[in-house]
Amino acid sequence: MALSTLSAALLIARKDLAIEFRTRTAFFSALVFALLGIVIFYFAWDPTAVAPIDLAPGVLWGIFTFSGLLGLQRSFGIEQADRAIDALLGAPIPREAIYLGKAMANLVFVAAVQVIAIPAVELFYGVPLFEHAAPLALLALLSAIGLVAVGTLFSAMAVNTKLAEMLLPVLSLPFFVPIVIPAAQATARLLAGRPESEIVGWLKLLVAFDIVFVAACMLAFPFTIEE
Amino acid sequence: MRDVSLTLETGDCLALFGPNGAGKTTLLRMLAGLLRPSDGSGSVAGVTLPGGAELRAAIGYISHASMLYSALSARENVELSARLFGVRDARDAATRALERMELVDRADMPVRQLSRGMQQRVSIARATVHEPRVVLLDEPFTGLDDSGSAALGAHLARLRATGTTMVLVTHQIAEGLALASHAAIMRAGELVRSEQGAAIDPVEYLTIYREHVTHGA
Repeated sequence: MALSTLSAALLIARKDLAIEFRTRTAFFSALVFALLGIVIFYFAWDPTAVAPIDLAPGVLWGIFTFSGLLGLQRSFGIEQADRAIDALLGAPIPREAIYLGKAMANLVFVAAVQVIAIPAVELFYGVPLFEHAAPLALLALLSAIGLVAVGTLFSAMAVNTKLAEMLLPVLSLPFFVPIVIPAAQATARLLAGRPESEIVGWLKLLVAFDIVFVAACMLAFPFTIEE
Repeated sequence: MRDVSLTLETGDCLALFGPNGAGKTTLLRMLAGLLRPSDGSGSVAGVTLPGGAELRAAIGYISHASMLYSALSARENVELSARLFGVRDARDAATRALERMELVDRADMPVRQLSRGMQQRVSIARATVHEPRVVLLDEPFTGLDDSGSAALGAHLARLRATGTTMVLVTHQIAEGLALASHAAIMRAGELVRSEQGAAIDPVEYLTIYREHVTHGA
């Protein structure tokens, strides 16, 4: 009885999360990195020169981008250790299910880092993030989908190279730009209390990039993993 | 690879020998549907290569790398494989596969805490939990001591007795021939010798193997 793409993807995502839950290496690395980044920016910040609502969106999305990379790095790394990837490729499941499962697990990973990092930004910079909890959660989700869609594909591509740890950021960061800019712009407008109409445009842009990135990366994935 | 022609019937076991770089693993990965051949034709379990999900469902692939997740337990690894292969009652199937490999008492230990020999048995349980028609083994004896090799050989003999067709790539002539109904030698991507017969003398075959590999006879 062949599994559907979604069922296989859920199995793979659950397996990845179980491994991360037991080892916790990537999550704690990403979290420590995120919190350190927030603290370092805080001490480097001159509140008399830059208003917190101008600085916080950049800090928030910059930190998410780089801490997310730590988790994405590990995504296919755990498959390489004992060639477990061969067992996945040898299973009668669509190749897209492997990508989708990995992306789902990465999305949970990035979201978990966001859940802790967002209150830390509110605490250090005194910006009213929780006053805008619902739109901010939507923004966080949309941007996480885009980052994870691209990062998961490049993680699969980079993992077989000797310079995987360097190659993943080099490949991914240019593609993260169209995600991070709308996310930071929308957050800045949200915090400044700008009208909804100014934020909706950035949200639509994020949704458009998410659709393009998810579709393109899922289509490209089988070609990156086939020998 | 070139000029490789092989036919195996259901229940046959081919022991494939050859030096490093001879193309043994490449051949095995093609048979497993993991590598797309650039030319030629073939079929495994009635499915034309490179095959797809149908081919992969009929195959169990075991290599010298365990293909296991070290943070997960033996049972979780085998059960995951059962679920990915769409096996009904995956948990029961995983338990049965581990029982066959005499690993039930270690089933809930993380794989990283198991010895190399035990990991290899978990790997066999993982690859056979869906009861494949064809099992492909790539140097399964690598890294095992004598007793580990003997135990693994006994497990593979039991697997063979179930009528499973097997292709075994190994450098260990005696262990390979003990299981095989067919034997073949590869060198530089070519099949240079192939024969059928359950009673091939290992000592004599080792001499033949050395002649083919060392002198290119």
